[in-house]
Amino acid sequence: MADDPNIGVTRRELLKRAGLAGAALTIPASAAPVRAEAGGGATPEGHPAQSVAAARREPLETLTAAESDLLEAVCARIIPSDAMGPGAREARAAHYIDRALGGALASSRQAYSAGFAALDRYSRSSRGAAFTALTERDQDSVLIDVETGAATGFTGSSAAFFAMVRTHTLQGTFGDPYYGGNANFVGWDLIGYPGVRTSVSADDQRLGATLAPNHRSAYDYDMFTKASARGGPAEPGARLPEPGEDPHGH
Amino acid sequence: MATRLKPTDVVVVGLGAAGGVAVLPLAQAGLDVVGLEAGTWLTKRDFAPDEIRNNVRDWPQSVQKAQHEVPTHRANEKANTTRAGSHPMMNAVGGTTLHYWAQSWRLNPWDFKVVTDTTKRYGASRIPKGSTVEDWPFGLDELEAYYDKVEYELGVSGQAGNIKGTIDPRGNIFEGPRQRPYPMPPLRSTGFIDLMAAAARGLGWHPFAGPAAINSRPYQNRSACMYHGFCNKGGCHVDAKNGPNVTTIPRAQDTGRLKVVTRAHVTSIDADHQGRVTGVTYVTDGVEYVQPAKAVLLASYTYENTRLLLLSKSKAFPNGLSNNHGQVGRHYLSHAQGAGVTALFPFNLNAWYGLPAQGVAVDNFADDNFDHGAQDFIGGGNLWVMSDRRPISAASMGTFGRTPGWGAEWKAFIKENADRTSTAYIQKTTLPYEDNYLDLDPVVKDPLGFPVCRITADYKDNERRITAQTQERMAQWYRAAGASATQANPLGTMGPTTHAYGGTRMGRNPETNVVNQWGFSHEVPNLGVLGASVMGTSGARNPTLTVQALAWRTAEHLTKNWKTITT
Repeated sequence: MADDPNIGVTRRELLKRAGLAGAALTIPASAAPVRAEAGGGATPEGHPAQSVAAARREPLETLTAAESDLLEAVCARIIPSDAMGPGAREARAAHYIDRALGGALASSRQAYSAGFAALDRYSRSSRGAAFTALTERDQDSVLIDVETGAATGFTGSSAAFFAMVRTHTLQGTFGDPYYGGNANFVGWDLIGYPGVRTSVSADDQRLGATLAPNHRSAYDYDMFTKASARGGPAEPGARLPEPGEDPHGH
Repeated sequence: MATRLKPTDVVVVGLGAAGGVAVLPLAQAGLDVVGLEAGTWLTKRDFAPDEIRNNVRDWPQSVQKAQHEVPTHRANEKANTTRAGSHPMMNAVGGTTLHYWAQSWRLNPWDFKVVTDTTKRYGASRIPKGSTVEDWPFGLDELEAYYDKVEYELGVSGQAGNIKGTIDPRGNIFEGPRQRPYPMPPLRSTGFIDLMAAAARGLGWHPFAGPAAINSRPYQNRSACMYHGFCNKGGCHVDAKNGPNVTTIPRAQDTGRLKVVTRAHVTSIDADHQGRVTGVTYVTDGVEYVQPAKAVLLASYTYENTRLLLLSKSKAFPNGLSNNHGQVGRHYLSHAQGAGVTALFPFNLNAWYGLPAQGVAVDNFADDNFDHGAQDFIGGGNLWVMSDRRPISAASMGTFGRTPGWGAEWKAFIKENADRTSTAYIQKTTLPYEDNYLDLDPVVKDPLGFPVCRITADYKDNERRITAQTQERMAQWYRAAGASATQANPLGTMGPTTHAYGGTRMGRNPETNVVNQWGFSHEVPNLGVLGASVMGTSGARNPTLTVQALAWRTAEHLTKNWKTITT
């Protein structure tokens, strides 16, 4: 499934859709089972994006405060919080990334520093303000430039930077909560994944069966040896690939 | 100075799918065996159902020898050389069988005699230009007893389609005759798989449950499969996946004849002036050892088998061990595993659980199972639909051009459709060609300073034509089952893959093959080679069971001809 998700979509359409996204409503309380200080929820179109500093809950492990603010803001646009439910912000995708950058994703640390510096420069030069100070609609239009490679000032392709952050945001939203993201299982609830089970019956696999979410992580089961939460290299200098999908076949 | 260890009868290099099977007949025959494995033992406690660890981070907790030796790839001699970020295989006792899909097929009869059958039915001109394909030195009938042996020793679940010539339409009607049923019935179906099977029957095709080295019921005092959904690149938490690590290796250890050495990184196979191998050299934690042996079975992976031979130079073999005819690395092929088809359904498939081996196959368009008279290719593809989904991978799905790749509209799309897609796996005949080969990379080296393997290979017209036709058939099948959209995925390159064949091809002619019909080197009488590197054709299905049947046969040949081979 390594296809381009934007095939057939023009940039203008993307902008239009991004604008519609900005018109989303605040989250109903029932859909946001997170602590109150986490904030969350998009603001109406045209209003300044929510202060991301208020959403941060965990002590930083790798990123600087400024980088973390930018990451929170970008994650919140990739998977926004809206009427449909919590997004990457409530899932704490940024926390997952911050932690992993000190371990399994250490080889991407430099790319984050350089990419966020470039993002902020591009935001100021093209939209006249820091990225975090833009409205959600303007943030989206900046990110479309970054995604399509149209943004200037990036080392290499801005599209590669966007693809990397998107990939990690998805990992942090839909991965096992053990690694610091998918808080309160909001990611799994969003897509209807019923949770980690160690045994599944024939009846569970029939068409139309609906399994209640069990909200369990792999490591809620005592039968498994715990992995490193940071997922650091097993040996010094180990190559750590980070593809989302297995490129090799089976 | 290397530490010289006590001599043994046989040293087996690599305890994965091939070497892990070969040790059993050797040990049962009373030979002393040292099994050298780069990885370590892992147990079911290590196999957490964790998508980040297993699928995203590629098992970082295991020994990473292979990850330091990722082969480079170029499409041809004029193309740029690139290097993938990761190696497809893992190091451990049991090797990649720890996390493979465990699909355990026998090859179909045609795969053993592609040249003869094609020539007879369509004429010699139908063998694609530039292909170096040969018939195998024997047919399916010769290998049948060994397929049967490993199916029962390891434990394979499946539905027979042909027992001694009697066709059973519940199984694969195109398979060659087998002497008896599988030791276990097939893995169970699911609602979605039933739907797909019914759609195939409606098209007049012959769907059946595929074979898997996974327990469909308790077998050999191990549990049945729990269908928990983390089998794809995941180890089994109840030891229901029948790799050598839970079957043949412990049984060989029980004889008292097998010594398993883990964290052993083999750097060369040593030969004397007379052209016989004397043992191997390996490194553990920076210390070098020499393990003398009367016979050596090389059983790493296709890339490493080739690389180790090319690196093992001596006076008798100045171009690499067993390479005085220049055949090591030739006749390389991989499996055209890319180019699946993804379908979107207008309803949930409930595919969050299960495993890649739980599915339905259609073999009507594989091998020579249909008339190629009007086609412009030979061979074909096996269509496979399975129950396999995990949350990150589901959320990373394509959107069929319906929404952007992020933002509110995308979020709504994945919320609705995360459980509504299916991606078919289509394995296709791939032929060997004169200009597809393996050698040593002139630039890239591993941490010990040895060159990594270089792949020079590209798919040709025959593979591309099979791809186009099988994707069309697959899309037709999905639509018949109610899919609202289908999408053909790209074929990709011939870079490092789990289905890599050739490099030490098996055949009677020493001018075109590295090993003889028994898997022993034409040039080095006491060196055997195990693995898909000896296979000259790919078939349209997973190689592992064939590799294991061949491994048993080569090991048995050694035990029966011990004096001739070792003196």
